[in-house]
Amino acid sequence: MSTPTHTSAPAPAGVLNLHGLSVDGVNQCVHCGLCLAYCPTFSELGTEMDSPRGRIFTIKSLAEGRMSLTDSVAQHLSLCLDCRACETVCPAGVPYGRLIEAAKVEIERQQPGALPRRLFRWLNFGLLLGHPRLLRLAAAGARLYQTSGLQQLVRRSGLVKLLPGTLPAWEALLPSVPSKAERTPPPRTTLADGPRRARVAMLTGCIQAVVFGAHNRATARVLARNGCDVLVPEGQRCCGALNAHGGDHARALAMARQTIDAFEAVAADFVIVNVSGCGAHMKAYGHLLADDPAYAERAKRFAATVRDLAEFLAQEPLRGPLQPVTMTCTYHDPCHVVHGQKIKSEPRRLLAQIPGLRLVELPESDWCCGSAGIYNLTQPEMATRLLHRKVGHVLETSAEAVVTANPGCILQIQAGLGAHQSPVRVLHLVEILDRAYGGGE
Amino acid sequence: MATLTDSRKRELRRELETIVGPDAVLSDPDELLVYESDGLTLFRALADFVVFPTSTEHVSAVVKLANRERLPFVARGAGTGLSGGCLPAEGGVVISLMRMNRVLEVDYDNQLAVVEPGLVNLHLSWKVGPRGYYYAPDPSSQQACTIGGNIANNSGGPHTLKYGVTTNHVLGLQVVMPDGEIVWLGGRTRDAQGYDLAGVFVGSEGTFGIATKIVVRILKKPQAVKTVLAVFDQIDRASAAVSAVIARGLVPAAMEMIDHLTIQAVEDAFNCGYPRDADAALLIELDGLAVGMEGQLERIVEACRDAGARETRTAKSESERQLLWKGRKSAFGAYGRVSPAYMVMDGVIPRTKLPYVLSRVNEIVAAHGLRVGNVFHAGDGNLHPNILYDPRKPGEEERVVAAGAEIMKVCAEVGGSISGEHGIGLEKSDFMPFIFSAADLTLMQRLKNAFNPTGLCNPGKIFPTKKSCVEVGPVAYRPHAIEEKGLAQRF
Repeated sequence: MSTPTHTSAPAPAGVLNLHGLSVDGVNQCVHCGLCLAYCPTFSELGTEMDSPRGRIFTIKSLAEGRMSLTDSVAQHLSLCLDCRACETVCPAGVPYGRLIEAAKVEIERQQPGALPRRLFRWLNFGLLLGHPRLLRLAAAGARLYQTSGLQQLVRRSGLVKLLPGTLPAWEALLPSVPSKAERTPPPRTTLADGPRRARVAMLTGCIQAVVFGAHNRATARVLARNGCDVLVPEGQRCCGALNAHGGDHARALAMARQTIDAFEAVAADFVIVNVSGCGAHMKAYGHLLADDPAYAERAKRFAATVRDLAEFLAQEPLRGPLQPVTMTCTYHDPCHVVHGQKIKSEPRRLLAQIPGLRLVELPESDWCCGSAGIYNLTQPEMATRLLHRKVGHVLETSAEAVVTANPGCILQIQAGLGAHQSPVRVLHLVEILDRAYGGGE
Repeated sequence: MATLTDSRKRELRRELETIVGPDAVLSDPDELLVYESDGLTLFRALADFVVFPTSTEHVSAVVKLANRERLPFVARGAGTGLSGGCLPAEGGVVISLMRMNRVLEVDYDNQLAVVEPGLVNLHLSWKVGPRGYYYAPDPSSQQACTIGGNIANNSGGPHTLKYGVTTNHVLGLQVVMPDGEIVWLGGRTRDAQGYDLAGVFVGSEGTFGIATKIVVRILKKPQAVKTVLAVFDQIDRASAAVSAVIARGLVPAAMEMIDHLTIQAVEDAFNCGYPRDADAALLIELDGLAVGMEGQLERIVEACRDAGARETRTAKSESERQLLWKGRKSAFGAYGRVSPAYMVMDGVIPRTKLPYVLSRVNEIVAAHGLRVGNVFHAGDGNLHPNILYDPRKPGEEERVVAAGAEIMKVCAEVGGSISGEHGIGLEKSDFMPFIFSAADLTLMQRLKNAFNPTGLCNPGKIFPTKKSCVEVGPVAYRPHAIEEKGLAQRF
């Protein structure tokens, strides 16, 4: 044992930080604990280390040098979903999302893992997310893998179990990639239908573009029906949200700059986003790039124009005529819409305008489904527990469909319902709106 | 208490694991450190183990093991307490009840529920809400705190004024006694025979044993609720209004005071609708039968106006009402907007002394170079001065403790008490002689010895530690004797 230290809370000089990233927000936490019962991991485990208050304390202790980043500390921090439910209820205004992201950067710095893990992260965060063309190529490859029968063969033969690390989990959750036609991006420009309300630019996203290209095309149509000239800026790539959540700070900065460049070029009134994690992340660009003299101001301006699709549309009544969509739905709030952007009533108000549609509330609608970016791949056990909880609530409602607004949630809840052989469908909000406008392809 | 060697610790860990399971024992130093305090961060102490039982039998077996090893133990719920009551003041085992959080039974016809101690207070009301019932005691931390913790502290809340505190809502308890025996105190009816041991147990701050099943009353939701916000330019007028309302024979369900500084914090937090320029506001709630409510409301508004309210406003919708309450109930946490730490005091005074005591509180805190925010249950004279401070500034913790002791003395001098609902815990054990004589304390000690003869169950709490008691209050974090000897360390 080393010499005992009697200092209870050493007074550190200046702003608390982890390797240069500020975590001074920890000092806003007064330890009241009002966040506890709203944290999915704390609710499941009951352990203080896996609660927001405990994690804030841990991050503070790391920055103060009271704790070192042992495997156990890293595990508790990594178990955080980054759902930010705690931020919504925090009276003290602790900027939790920023704190946990800084902690994740520190974990990557200190514990980058063995070569296969580093290689795998580089492949995803560096290569695929950073280069849309490579991602499209990979998607074509995945499509071939899935349609050629190879996937079935690999799964049936048990070959999948021979894959190293978490790859079997990745393989199991590999979304089914639609055909090339389905992956077509929306047109570069869609002109407003009727009186013009705004000129907007759309983020088509990285994985979203590959897996849910149809949602992007529907978004362009619905926006046009609501008076928007819709532009799809060339040269846009991934916004960097997955990198930031995964502790890949340097690339996240580069991707943010690149996104700002691409969107500034079209000078739209608003930037519309239909993926929850991207929207929340892009709204935080101002903070992310605050220390970059060339981008700080531009990032702040850019962030102020970012709107979630529902947030933007709900500012005015939907323009008619709307056709009936006869079904009973329930709505699942994606974390980074409801907690990351504090958007809760807007999607419900939009759904309420659709004739024939009956909306029933989902218990714990604003609880994470366990998808949480790539959490279902990195923490499969906790992700599965939360998914069961979510699916249980969905089945309680007797709704025919779950409406939500994030590709990760859609894939996750679909997988959970599939495991129950449930016929309940999972739809993006924009699919319902598009259907009400007689859209579809 | 003997200090555990590393090898003994490993053996005990294995034994605990055989009782509660391998994923239900913590002994890593970094994990224990996270459990160093409850909601009052001024006091910190480390356990040797934290365990997570899931049944009464688990709790009993852990307690028996602790007895065999002469290890102190303490029950812990959500850790939102405000007096250090669940701290392992002398090492040993923390028994976390967070995995015992089920509602075991609801008997709507007899208006009762049987719950486990780790159940979050508000979750019981959520559970029985759809059938038109609720659980009345509503501490401000009810969205996080547990019923077990409420039992320990005999917790109150804003609606205590009309509905009473936790003890008025507990019918019976299954308790693991400090020697590990399992007993029932009280029962399922209002008037149990024999000594009222359930009544004795509630408020014993975890020193009489660990409740593992709790029978509580649930009430039918009131037919009508009216919530009024009365706004004042001078806090003294708000204090006068409190007495004026009661003097007119009106009994609101709740009557809460919130001062200027606190209004700034809660408005920053949630935009609740409190006017930022007010010196103080009263949040007054009436509930009961719809008949006659308008008349009562008018009389309350009149009393407030007569006392000098510049404005009174009735919540027009349930969402407006909820938002006002959200502000009130989040106030402690909202101090994080204006200060990196706070210590909440919990004094009780005769209502008529409000203006005097509030001004004394301000003087005392100012004399120590600190700031104070007041948000409290004005109707029953239960003060909560929140002393704001920065633990990073050398000497501030000591000044907070000193100011707190002076405030407690004032409360005692005007005929009040040193705790309304937060418990004595570690924080106020040395203030007990302010209000109790040596004979009073001896009787309490004898009662404690009857339940807890070894003293292993939550030691170091409630009773004063110093021989000569009145001159100083407790001090902030002190290294434990075993730390000073270098036998244990703090990470």
